[in-house]
Amino acid sequence: MIPAAFEYLRPHTADEAFAFLQQHGGEARVLAGGQSLIPAMRFRLARPGVLVDINSVNDLSYLRAGDKVLAIGAIARDRDIERAPWIKDRRWSLIHDASRVVADPVVRQMGTVVGSLCHNDPAGDWTAVALASRAEVVVRGKAGTRHVKIDAFLVDSYTTAVEEGEMALAVEFPVPDDRTAGSYQKMERKVGDFATAAAAVQVTLKADGTIGSAGVALSAAGACAVRVDAAEQLLAGQKPSAELCRAASDAAWHRSAPQADLRGSVEFKKHLAGVLVARGLRQAFARLGVQA
Amino acid sequence: MKVHVTINGVSYEKDVEPRTLLAYFLREECGLTGVHVGCDTSSCGCCVVVLDGDRAVKSCSMFAAQADGHEILTVEGLAAGGKLHALQQGFWDQHGLQCGYCTPGMLMTAYAMLQHNAAPSEADIREGLAGNLCRCTGYQNIVKSVQQAAGALREPVAAT
Repeated sequence: MIPAAFEYLRPHTADEAFAFLQQHGGEARVLAGGQSLIPAMRFRLARPGVLVDINSVNDLSYLRAGDKVLAIGAIARDRDIERAPWIKDRRWSLIHDASRVVADPVVRQMGTVVGSLCHNDPAGDWTAVALASRAEVVVRGKAGTRHVKIDAFLVDSYTTAVEEGEMALAVEFPVPDDRTAGSYQKMERKVGDFATAAAAVQVTLKADGTIGSAGVALSAAGACAVRVDAAEQLLAGQKPSAELCRAASDAAWHRSAPQADLRGSVEFKKHLAGVLVARGLRQAFARLGVQA
Repeated sequence: MKVHVTINGVSYEKDVEPRTLLAYFLREECGLTGVHVGCDTSSCGCCVVVLDGDRAVKSCSMFAAQADGHEILTVEGLAAGGKLHALQQGFWDQHGLQCGYCTPGMLMTAYAMLQHNAAPSEADIREGLAGNLCRCTGYQNIVKSVQQAAGALREPVAAT
């Protein structure tokens, strides 16, 4: 189907984009990679009156791996992340894994991390990754620029903390300690399909071999991606073990609240959530040289 | 709105509605019907074209307005001087197409892939083409076709 008519605006700077959004308020939508928005417009599930195309805002295409945060600008593509020189650093293994399984390789040429977070699909990949790695989204509003913790950013299905007239500029992932690894485990029927179930995990080990901090999140397990607090708490302070992985897996099973659809029943998806968390943890530990 | 795009080396300037999708712009405004529309919602890859020389994009999920000021390569632009491109020759020689519907998308995705990786392994090719569906399921020969083309492009002399 052809989308409903709209006014097309193409800013060249973030200031200009923000001014357009302020001017058009709730009528306007930001067009980044467009790999979710354009199909939604074609199904007439979305019909914005104004599209602010930020693809020419070159000052938002950055990928900066700094000392404190890894900053990903609003039009940095999934493909850019997959090819970034720093991506093979073990600390970024969760992001690396995810960058290779988001949608399909052609969609990743256009798709963006920030766009995916703003879309907040219940089965999106980056939302779970952002939760497990405790990312923050940089949002520009009338009162200035603010950092929103990902837990507060993801409000409900297709709804985020970005208000009318506001704009997400970037996402920032804190740079974890050196002894950190993660894993992204996604079950999909075919490449490019939404996840049947997915788990994002990231763990940091202390010098004594115990777990300093853990991030565990699920996608396709509710209205939007969810943090498995219980798993994070039971992992912290413990030594990696098979028993610990099983306990985290059980916590994921409890936390998962998926909907039945063509991809599987509630029972099946909850089971998968548990299995994928255990697999993810084992892989993350293995990446740190620890058998669990 | 006015859109100015260079397609297969030819400059086009057209007046379009902002909601015109690139796939339809190419097919209906420019007559480039080698751009096939399959699923129309970014799942199948039949409509893939190459943006700015090395980026494969699904033209059903991009507006023509977004291509303003950019360069597009479609399947019509692959052959040069009456000679098939190495990828087209590969598909010909290796029986890389059956019904042919997915072929333009396969060719263009493979073209962009070879710009970044001149010597892809079989696994690289399979991964790179994972966003393109062939309902005839002729993947084995498609992979062979791309392998032949990659080899021919690396050693153009040996291929002639």
